Formats: sequence, structure tokens, C-alpha cells
Amino acid sequence: METLLNISTLHYMVLSAALFLLGVIGVLTRRNVVIVLMSIELILNAVNLNLVAFSHYWQSIQGPNALHGQVFAIFVITDAAAEAAVGLGILIAFFRNKETINVDEVNLLKW
Amino acid sequence: MFLSHIWLIPLLPAFGATVMFFFGRKLQKATVSAVCVGTIVLAFLMVCGAVWQYSVWSSSPEHFHQPYEKTLYTWLGSDTGHLTYKTQSGTPVEFRADAGFLLDPLSSIWLLFVTGVGMLIHIYSTGYMAHEGGYYRFFGYLNLFMFSMLTLILANNYVLLFVGWEGVGLCSYLLIGFYFHRKSASDAANKAFIVNRIGDAGFLLGMFFIAWIFGSLQFTKVTTLARAGNLSPETLTYITAATLLLFVGACGKSAQLPLYIWLPDAMEGPTPVSALIHAATMVTAGVYMVARSNALFVLAPTSMKTVAIVGALTAIFAASIGLVQNDIKRVLAYSTVSQLGYMFLALGVGAFAAGVFHVFTHAFFKALLFLGSGSVIHAMSGEQDMRNMGDLRRRIPFTHWTMLIATLAIAGFPPLAGFVSKDAILWETWSREGGAYRILWGIGYITALMTAFYMFRLMYLTFYSRPRMSHDVEHHIHESPKSMTAPLVILALCAIGAGWLGWPQSLGGSDRFTKFLEPVFAPEARVLQLEGQTGQLYAGAKEEGHNTGTEWLLMGLSVGAAALGWGVAWKIYRHADKGYTEPIAAAAPPVYNVLLNKYYVDQGYDYVFTGRRKVGDVRLGVMGLGEASSWFDANVIDGAVNGAGWTTRVLATVSSWWDKWIIDGVGVNGPAILARMLSYPARLFEWGLVQWYALVMTAGLVGFVFYYVYH
Repeated sequence: METLLNISTLHYMVLSAALFLLGVIGVLTRRNVVIVLMSIELILNAVNLNLVAFSHYWQSIQGPNALHGQVFAIFVITDAAAEAAVGLGILIAFFRNKETINVDEVNLLKW
Repeated sequence: MFLSHIWLIPLLPAFGATVMFFFGRKLQKATVSAVCVGTIVLAFLMVCGAVWQYSVWSSSPEHFHQPYEKTLYTWLGSDTGHLTYKTQSGTPVEFRADAGFLLDPLSSIWLLFVTGVGMLIHIYSTGYMAHEGGYYRFFGYLNLFMFSMLTLILANNYVLLFVGWEGVGLCSYLLIGFYFHRKSASDAANKAFIVNRIGDAGFLLGMFFIAWIFGSLQFTKVTTLARAGNLSPETLTYITAATLLLFVGACGKSAQLPLYIWLPDAMEGPTPVSALIHAATMVTAGVYMVARSNALFVLAPTSMKTVAIVGALTAIFAASIGLVQNDIKRVLAYSTVSQLGYMFLALGVGAFAAGVFHVFTHAFFKALLFLGSGSVIHAMSGEQDMRNMGDLRRRIPFTHWTMLIATLAIAGFPPLAGFVSKDAILWETWSREGGAYRILWGIGYITALMTAFYMFRLMYLTFYSRPRMSHDVEHHIHESPKSMTAPLVILALCAIGAGWLGWPQSLGGSDRFTKFLEPVFAPEARVLQLEGQTGQLYAGAKEEGHNTGTEWLLMGLSVGAAALGWGVAWKIYRHADKGYTEPIAAAAPPVYNVLLNKYYVDQGYDYVFTGRRKVGDVRLGVMGLGEASSWFDANVIDGAVNGAGWTTRVLATVSSWWDKWIIDGVGVNGPAILARMLSYPARLFEWGLVQWYALVMTAGLVGFVFYYVYH
């Protein structure tokens, strides 16, 4: 097991970076707001993965009680849920006004 | 019963007046006469009853010599204790005037002769006015006058007295202008009203002074306070001012110098009005008011001297004008002014009772003279100029005999009423204050001489001498109806007998009149004696030791003056025929012209007060001053105001331009425009697409990371 599954913190970081990059690309490129929101979830979860990975690493140094990173991840999940609720609410309100959810048609945020 | 209901006395004629004003037009003349004469007869009977009851009441020990007061309700001001003002001594008091009535010897006398003479004149008017239009209107005014006069007399405070005072003024105005279609009558009415207003202004100010000094306007309270003494010199000064102002009011109402000018013109009214208002009753209101305020006047020697001097001067002034007047009523009018002057002379020297007694006797013989002249005018078909009369004695015998009695009375032949009262005045003037007033006595004596002359001149020109009227008029002469002659006879009896009431002690009488008035005036004498001793006040102080010999001498002298006046008039006018000449005109034409033109006082007033005189377009006198002031106001003051307005407007235009273009334009809008210009390039950074923002953000983040990693 040790050798087969010798997954280090670095592996997690790479995975997390990949997920993060996917999320950023999704946010920047997709037109559908729902997809954009999903991409944001991807970014947040990339961060969570990072937090949990480092927490695990930290445990190996400080002992089993060093759980700060994991607790923080739970906060982030909560925050993500709230953000999704607010975001979807805005989305519904927006759809009622414009009958579209394409983000490139949302261009009111200017002078 | 009569005493406790004295408030009904004025209301009786008020009722008559009300009926006349609302229903008089539709009533028969007989009904009008019945109502209006009836109310006055009732009022007279009630007055008689009330005075009789009062004399019983005031001779009882517990009310000895007290005035009877009856207050109905608080009419003006408050009795709540919250609304106060400060008197001269600093005590807060309330302004208050009651609808209250006062009966004392003074008001009793006035009530008796006002209702008595008023009743006779009402009866006379039913005959005199029988063929005139506006019969009900005339009687309505007469009754309204009686109401006002009785209110004036019965009032227990200055304010209610003032109500009556103004009421009689109004009725005087209405009745002088009774023949309102005649311009001269309406002018005379206006003149009377306006001149009286001048006096009333003084009266009002005097009233305010009294309210301020004493904190009350009730006669009894003011009198008590004034007699209590302990008044500071400052207060006495204020009392002098107050009494002088009251006397201004009296001058207006009682036709004294310099406000007498309205009374001769008031003869434009119907003759019974002249008899009632402008001879017997209303014009004596000033005397009444001064007599009522006697407690104040004796505290102000200056005022007393003023009253005496003005009275004496008015007496001789008016008498001298009366010497040459040709209108029968005008002679009597100037005679009235002159006799009123006598009354004020008496008041001024402190002989209040003598003054009041002269008012009393004068009411009878002057009313008689006026009514007689009315009867003459009636007989002469409206002619009033004595130059066109003559030889009427056999044609209108009743009028002749009664007027002869009145003339003897006013000229001062014993034992008629005028002799007693006029001699009382002259004797008091002679003897008071150790003879300080003997110059005024001299004036009064010469006036008596003049009075006898002009009265007998009137008699000779009217009833004796040669007939000078036109044939038509002569044919029409007739004695007046009984309703007119009966009052003449009654008044003649009064003119004969009234003197007995005040028959002087030096001639074996008891002077009951003065005794009757003692409760009103006698405490004065005591005050005067007390204060005379300290040398502080001496107005009207009576000489000690009655010198009967001198009094007899003076009486002899004044009877001599009356006889002399008669004699001169007899000599001059006995045979006056058409185109007769006045002796004064022959001897000294300038003097005659001055007298005939009434010393040019009316013309003088035109120059000074009325503004009828102009030089070019410029009005003279105070009206001219007013016009000049008005011009100054309209052109200079208003010009300055308009100039200031115009300047402000120009400045405002400039200022508004500055504000609009410089402050708003450069100062406020300038930076805004600048900011807007600068905003156009800045806007380019804001294109509105969320994902672009995110891309830029990400790029920046990546840029930072690369910078810090590879730096």
C-alpha cells in the first residue's frame, strides 16, 4: 500500500491546480451562467482539496489534533452553498427581466 | 320703587325712539305725538318720584347726604382680577366701567329741568312741527336725545357719561341737519359734529388720566380718593392736566372759546331743537361734567383759573357779537354762549352751586326765549331777520308777554330767576379769594350790561317799533296754537319763580338751592379751607365774613346795568322803521363790521384749520400743511422708496446675471463639465462583460505571481 499508493502532498497540489485551472477556464469561457457557477464550485473545491491536503501534511508534523485546514474546508463548503443559493437567486431574478442567462448578454455593469 | 328703578328713566325715551325708527313712517301724527310726548311725560313723573324718594332716603340718618348708586352690571372691562394695569402710584387695578346710575342732588337738578323743559318742548314741537315733513323722524331724534341726555346725567362713571355725551352729540348732529336738503343745514351739522370731536378728544384723554391716577372712573370713588388728600405734588400736576383736558371737552360741548363756533351755526336746526339742545340741556353738559368733577378741579388751581378766565372771556366775547346780529335766533345763540360763559366763570371761581343754579334758571328763560322766537318765526311765515319784523306785540300777545318775562329774567331784573342766579355768580366772583377775581367781575358786569342791551334790542325790533315786514307776511301773522303757547306760559312762570329756590340770604331768603347741593359741593369748601390754611391750595377759597352791604351794592349796580341796557335799547330802537341804522354802525363802522362778522373767527379758522383758503393752488393752514405733507410723502418719501426699489431691482438683475453665468457657469458647472470630459477616456475601461473583468483579474493575478516569483 505504501509504495502503491504513495501519494504525496505534491500530487494533491497538482490535482488541485488542475481543477483550479479548469474552473478558471470554465468561468472565463462559458456563456451559460449555470456553468459559470459550476466552474466556481470547481475552483472552490480545488481550494478545499488544497486545504485538506495541507491539513493532512500538517497532521503528520503537529500530531493528529492539527485539524485547522479541514475545519476551514467545511467553512468553505458552507460558503459555497450560500454562494450558490445567492447566485441562483440573482440568476432567476435576472432571467425574469431579460429572458436569458447568457453571461455575455449581461453587460449592464458599466458606466 | 322709583329710586331703585331709576335705570328705567332713560329707557322710556329710548323706547319711544325705537318705535319711531322702526314703525314711525307708518304711524299717524297723533300716534307719534302720543308715544313720544308720552314717554317724556312718564320720564318726568318718574324723575319727580325718584327725586322725592331720594330726598327722603338721603335725609334718613343712615344715608345722610349720601349719593344713591344703582349698578346693573359690569359693562366694560373685567372683574375677574386677571386683567390689570398699573396706576400712577403703581398699584395694579382693573379697568372697569359699570352700567351704573347715580342719583345725588346734582343729577337730581339736572334730571328735573331736563325732563321738565324737555317735556314742555316736546309738547311745543307737536304744534311747531305739525306742518313739517319727517314728523316721526323729528320726534324719534328728540326721544333719542332725551335718552342720551338722561344717560349722561344718570351715569355713575365717566365712561357711561361719555356714552351719553356722544349720544347727545349725535342727536345734535342729526337735528341740526334735520332739513338736510339745505346745504347750510348739513354744513352746520358737520361743523357741530367735528368741533365737538375736538373737545371729545380732550375729554377722552382726561378720562384716561383719571383712570391712571385714581384707578377708577366711578364718580364716587374718584371723589372720595380726591377728597382723602395726601396727594403728592406730582399727582396734583397730573390732576391739573386731567382737569384741563376735561375742560377741553367741556369747551367743545358747552361752546366756550375757542370751540364755541358751532353753536351759532347750530341754529339751522328747527327752533324747538335750538331750545332743547342748544340752549337748555345739551350745552350745559359741559357744566355738569365740570361740576361733577368738582373734587378734582379744586385740587388744580391752574385749571380753576383757566375755567374762570375762559368763561369770562367767552361771556363778553359772545355778548359783544350778539349786540349787532340781525337773525333773531343767532342773537339768542350768542346769548346762550355768553350765559354758558357765566356758568363757567362761576365754576372757575369755585362757586359751583351758583354755576349750577344759573344752568337751572337759564334752562327756563332761554328755552322760553327760543320757543318764543320759534313762535315769532311761525307767525312770520319763516322769517328770521329782525330787520323785517316789528310791532308784533298786539298780533301775538302770548308770545310777546312770555318773551318779555324771559327778557326781563335774562337781563337780570329782580325778582326774576336770572337776577338771582346771575347776581349770585357776580357776587361770588367779586368776593372769592379775597377779590382776586375782580377783573373777571368787571368783565361779567359789562357782559350783563350788553346782555340787557341786546335782549331789549331784540324785543324792540321784534315786538315794538314800526312794522317792517312785507305785506303778504303781515297779512298772515297769527298767534301760535295752544300746544305752543301753553309751554310758553309754563316756562314763563318758571322763569319768574325759579329764582325763589336760590333767593340769597342777604335779601332775607334761605338759598335752598345751595343747601340742596351741599352734599355734592360742601365737602369741597371744607377741603379748601383746610388746604388754604397750609397755603398749598386756595382755589375758590371763600372770603370770611359775609359783607352784606357790598352784596347789596353789587346787586344795585347790576340792576342799574340792566336798566341802562334797557334804556339805551329803548332810546335807539323804539321807533325803528324800515332802513333804521344801527348806532354802533353809525358811530364806528369798523367796530360794527368786526362784530357783525363775529370777529372774523370763522374766516380765521378757514385760514388756519379748515383749509378753505388758498393762495394760488397752495392751501393755507393746517390743511395746507397736511397737503404739503401729503405731497412730500407722495413725491419725496415714496420717491425715495421707489428709488430704493428700483436700485434694488437693478442690483438684483446684475447679481442674478453674475450668479447665473459666473457662479453657476464657471464655478459650479465648470468643474462638472471638466469631470465629464475626463470621464470619456476613463469609460473605455468599463465595457460591462463580467467574464472580461474576470479575465483581466486573472491575468493581473498571474502577472503578480510571475512578477514576484521571477523577480
